[in-house]
Amino acid sequence: MSYPQMVMYDEEFKQINAVIEKLLREANAKVIFLVDKNGQLISGVGETERFDTTSLASLTAGNIAATGGLAKLIGEKEFSILFHEGEKDNLHISIVGGRVILVVLFDSRSSLGLVRLRVKKASEELTVIFDRLMKKAEEKEKSSDTEFPFAEITDDDIDNLFS
Amino acid sequence: MSFINYASREINCKIVYYGPGLCGKTTNLQFVYQKTAPEAKGKMISLATETERTLFFDFLPLALGEIRGFKTRFHLYTVPGQVFYDASRKLILKGVDGVVFVADSQEERMDANIESLENLRFNLQEQGYDLDKIPYVVQYNKRDLPNIVTLEELRRELNPTNVPEFEACATTGEGVFETLKSVAKLILIDLKKGR
Repeated sequence: MSYPQMVMYDEEFKQINAVIEKLLREANAKVIFLVDKNGQLISGVGETERFDTTSLASLTAGNIAATGGLAKLIGEKEFSILFHEGEKDNLHISIVGGRVILVVLFDSRSSLGLVRLRVKKASEELTVIFDRLMKKAEEKEKSSDTEFPFAEITDDDIDNLFS
Repeated sequence: MSFINYASREINCKIVYYGPGLCGKTTNLQFVYQKTAPEAKGKMISLATETERTLFFDFLPLALGEIRGFKTRFHLYTVPGQVFYDASRKLILKGVDGVVFVADSQEERMDANIESLENLRFNLQEQGYDLDKIPYVVQYNKRDLPNIVTLEELRRELNPTNVPEFEACATTGEGVFETLKSVAKLILIDLKKGR
């Protein structure tokens, strides 16, 4: 397979949430999401219950994929930052560590400059955590750790899903 | 690739519906959406033109239930079928876990089916996937129409590798859930084998 399996463990999940919660405070943001490039929501903090997070994640990934396609057409590797300005709310979208998408939703209580500054710092911290996470997942895969929940899945388990 | 979250005990998988323009990919998703209990589905998103042709993708998240204490979610995507949207199709295949090829059974669409299937194989290869190795099923749609190709011929042209195949009429929903179940099952079996 061309892509490593995306896996999240408790320890890293807590560390990641701590970083984005800090970013939420320091950037005066309303909501922050982390999304896998494939469109899967990894985590979200802030007023998440006000938004359809699953759809946001999927559209963000589509957006990043589309602008990535545009970038390649003009000879760029990718556009690492996107900014969408609305009447009240704005979206700052950036790629972290080449793999994960960081989405910051903010209004007039913050500013693009502040968000950019804080995102830059948080991105560095997140990159370190995600690098570690990838290594850990690879090692676990090699050592064929049996905590993988689907190792002993039966046909009945699968059929029950659709009953 | 599927995303396994041990922290929130969730597994997310991505299914892509592929096929020529107007073969019924979006209709498949619409039927699934209509027939799924509200608590098991999210919002269906369609990025379409004013004439309801898919422009970028349709998206439907489904939460089917738990397996071994893990919430199992499937994200259903369709690609735009029209030939000139190839760049968009490639993007949507990123990170795919399973593919449904929706074929249009009408005689005059056979060439479009074959072209789209070749395009699928090629675009997957570009992303590093092999159609013969990933979870994959074929749906022969529009079986209710008068001018359709026989099952044998469809099979010969579109399913030489003999993957699970289903006759369907997406507008009435016939075969829609059978197709979805089949590909979901293949994905879960694949996940199990993966470790």
